[in-house]
Order: sequence, then structure tokens, then C-alpha cells
Amino acid sequence: MEPFERYRPIVDDFEAFLAACERPLGNAVRVNTIKASVERTLETLDEDGVAYEQADWNPRVLRLETDSPGSTWTSFHGFTHGQEEVSAVPPVVLDPQPGERVWDCCAAPGGKATQIAALMDDRGTVVANDNNLGRISALRFNAERLGATNLAVTVDDARNYSLKRFPFDEFDRTLVDAPCSCEGTIRKNPDALDNWSEGHISSIAGIQKGILRRAIQATREGGTVVYSTCTFAPEENEAVVQHALEAESCRVVDFDIGLEHSPGLTEWKDETFDESLERAIRIYPHQNDTGGFFVAKLEVTAE
Amino acid sequence: MTEQNDGQRFDRLPETPDERTVEGRASREEVVDYFADRFAIPPETFDDYTFWEKGAGKIWIYAGEAETPLEIEAIGMTCLRTRQEHWKPTTDFAQRFGREATECVIELDREQARAFATGEDQELEWWDGDWGYLIGAHRIAGELEPLGVGLYVHGELRSMVPKGRQREL
Repeated sequence: MEPFERYRPIVDDFEAFLAACERPLGNAVRVNTIKASVERTLETLDEDGVAYEQADWNPRVLRLETDSPGSTWTSFHGFTHGQEEVSAVPPVVLDPQPGERVWDCCAAPGGKATQIAALMDDRGTVVANDNNLGRISALRFNAERLGATNLAVTVDDARNYSLKRFPFDEFDRTLVDAPCSCEGTIRKNPDALDNWSEGHISSIAGIQKGILRRAIQATREGGTVVYSTCTFAPEENEAVVQHALEAESCRVVDFDIGLEHSPGLTEWKDETFDESLERAIRIYPHQNDTGGFFVAKLEVTAE
Repeated sequence: MTEQNDGQRFDRLPETPDERTVEGRASREEVVDYFADRFAIPPETFDDYTFWEKGAGKIWIYAGEAETPLEIEAIGMTCLRTRQEHWKPTTDFAQRFGREATECVIELDREQARAFATGEDQELEWWDGDWGYLIGAHRIAGELEPLGVGLYVHGELRSMVPKGRQREL
């Protein structure tokens, strides 16, 4: 937990934050509406005697009271998918519509890509890309288990992604759920901080900037780009969005999510960020008893 | 008819057998007819989908936009294995589209469904329908829900649920 000391000045109730980070996380699942309604899923869980609690902010997110959420009928049928509660936030903020063209540029293992497909009623096109071939098999497995038929899966570096293979040349919406230092997953992966270093953060921030810039370029004017990470480091969050604001045509926009959160930062160490970064959100583990996340919603503007 | 299937890319199925340019490739019409003849899945179920082949005989169903041919990892889901005497639907297809089926669906009770999901073969001599590939299903939350594909021969239902999809329930 030592690396987290650097966040003492920016986190309200820092001791509660640290205490939450020490607690393991419960089992959360997302209802996959491609295969079953929320009602039918809850009925199936009831029949199975699996207790659950529905999240206030999203009726499709359930906290299950079982040690093996993968061994339920709802899981076998693909009615539910194990997905951390905050990890279900970015697709909701992206708000994809049926029939649209959507890019999930760092998609493996596919929890968010299949959530995007479900929010689109499995209509339209979701291009699910990842640069890691090993993780693509997990993405494909999850997509087929969950019955998503509108996914096109590619393996490429998102930073110089080409749309040449598709019959369209821009996306309506893009999710950049960037590779990151994963500090916010500490409750699920107690060894998340084992290789922590400021050098690692700075090198991964360079990759994040490249991906976010390409995502904005590949999205139509008036379209939406959501940038998210599961880490607290401002270098990987506000600083990356700041870079995009300076280099590309876009602005940060407001959104409501119904979860307790803190606003994005406008300064960190000796850096200052655009005031609009207050519209981004930081979700800390002690606020909703979840993992940690950062989410910013961008609108692509005219050049 | 001299072209061969290229296993590295996706090719959209021809509409009818007459439009076939690749040897042995199934047509869209034959695929939709198969699902209708075997399982009574209404052909209009597939109006908004396209069918593709990548890998010899492996048919994929896709709802998104794409041009043929296409060299990417995957589109939609694998739905059917052709280029063999008896075509075989996938478990994931059966779960996704099997609710539309009214024939060759074998209703299992809870214990039989559990055995099916763990990949076990079981003696079910009461079945008086067709032999061959069936959709295994059970009743949950008041409705019949498809579990996957089984092969029925000589009074025995063999679960075809792939290893990675099998579960101890």
C-alpha cells in the first residue's frame, strides 16, 4: 500500500480509502440482456437459491452471495457474466445505440465489449480489438458464451489502427479502456502493486496517449470517446486526457452515473490541467465498496 | 468451381448453391433450410444476419457490417460445422438461437440437465424422435431454455458441450 501515500493529498478520508483497499472484493456479475432479461435472470437465481443484491445505479449489476459465481445456471446459460461493478461503468457512459459503429480498442477479455453489444441489442457493429493475441481467445470465448453476434474481433496496435478492412471509415463511439498500472484492482489482485514504479507509470502513460489520440481521430465529429482506467495515478488519467485536449479536436463533457465519486483533478504536483477535467470522475474503493476507476467522456469536435 | 476454401480469411456464403464459386462451400439458403428442416427455426430469424466460412466447413453467423473477403480474427459466432455428412450446430448457437426451435429439442429434467452440462453421456431411451444432433433443453424460470447440442444414437444422448463450456452445477 506504500505507493498509495502519494494520493493522501487528493483522496477524501484517506484512512477509509486505505482500509477499503485492504478488504477483498465480493462477487459481482452483469446481467447479459442478449440472452435473458433482468427479470428472468433474477427468477433463475431465485430457483437456484443464489442470493443477490441489485446495484442501485444499474439494475443489470448484481452482487452475488456465492463463492462460485461460475457454477450457476445463469452463468452456464450466459445470462450473467462475472464483471467487477465499476468495470460496468464505462460502457454505460459510452451509451452506444443499436445500429451504431462502435470501437472498443483495448477489448480483451471482452466484459465491456459484450456489455456494449448488449446495450446495442446486439445490432450494429462492435469492433473489439486488442493487441494481445493470447487474450483474444478469452475475448472470443466470452463473446460466444454471451451470444454476441455483432462483434468483429481484430488483433492490432490501437495506436495506428486502420479501418481499411471495414465498409466504413469512422466510428460513432469509441471506448478506450486503456492498459494501465491497475492500482484500482488491488482488492481483487493483492499483488497489483508488486511491480509499481513511477517509471512504469510514465511509460504506460505514453502508450495511453497514443491510443486515445487514435481513438479520437477514428471517431466522427459529434461522436463520443470514453477514456477509462482502473488506476488512480493522475499521470495515466487527467494528464492523458489533457494531452488529447491539446493535440486533438475534442472536449470533456458531463455525465451522470449514480455512483458516489470525486471529480477529476485540475492539478497534480507541478502540472495543471484544463478546468473541464473536473467533469471526469474518480471512483475510490471506499465510496461504493468497489474497485477503483477513472472515467472521462469526450465529445469529438470540428477541427 | 475450382476455387478452394482459404482457411485464413472470412468469405461470405453465396446466396444459393448456383452462385457457389468455392468447392464444397455451403450456401446461405442451405444453412437457413437446415435450421428450418432440422429444428423448425423460422427462416426469418436470420433475416438480419450474414453467414461466413473461415476454416473448412466452419460457418459463422454475424449481425454487423463487413465486406467479403475479410482477414480478421473473428466475426459474430461459430454456428455450424458443414463439409461432413451430418451438419453439427455449435453449443453457443443452440443457446443463442435454440429458443426458436420446436423440433429435435429434447427436454431434460434437472438431474439430466446437470449431467448434460457437465459433458456426460446418458441413457435416455424414452426419446422417440429423430436420431442425430438434438438441442438439449430444460425448464428454468417457467420457460424452456436450450443447454447446447447433444448427439442421440442407440438410446443414448451424448453431450457435445465443449470442455471449456462444461460446468459442475
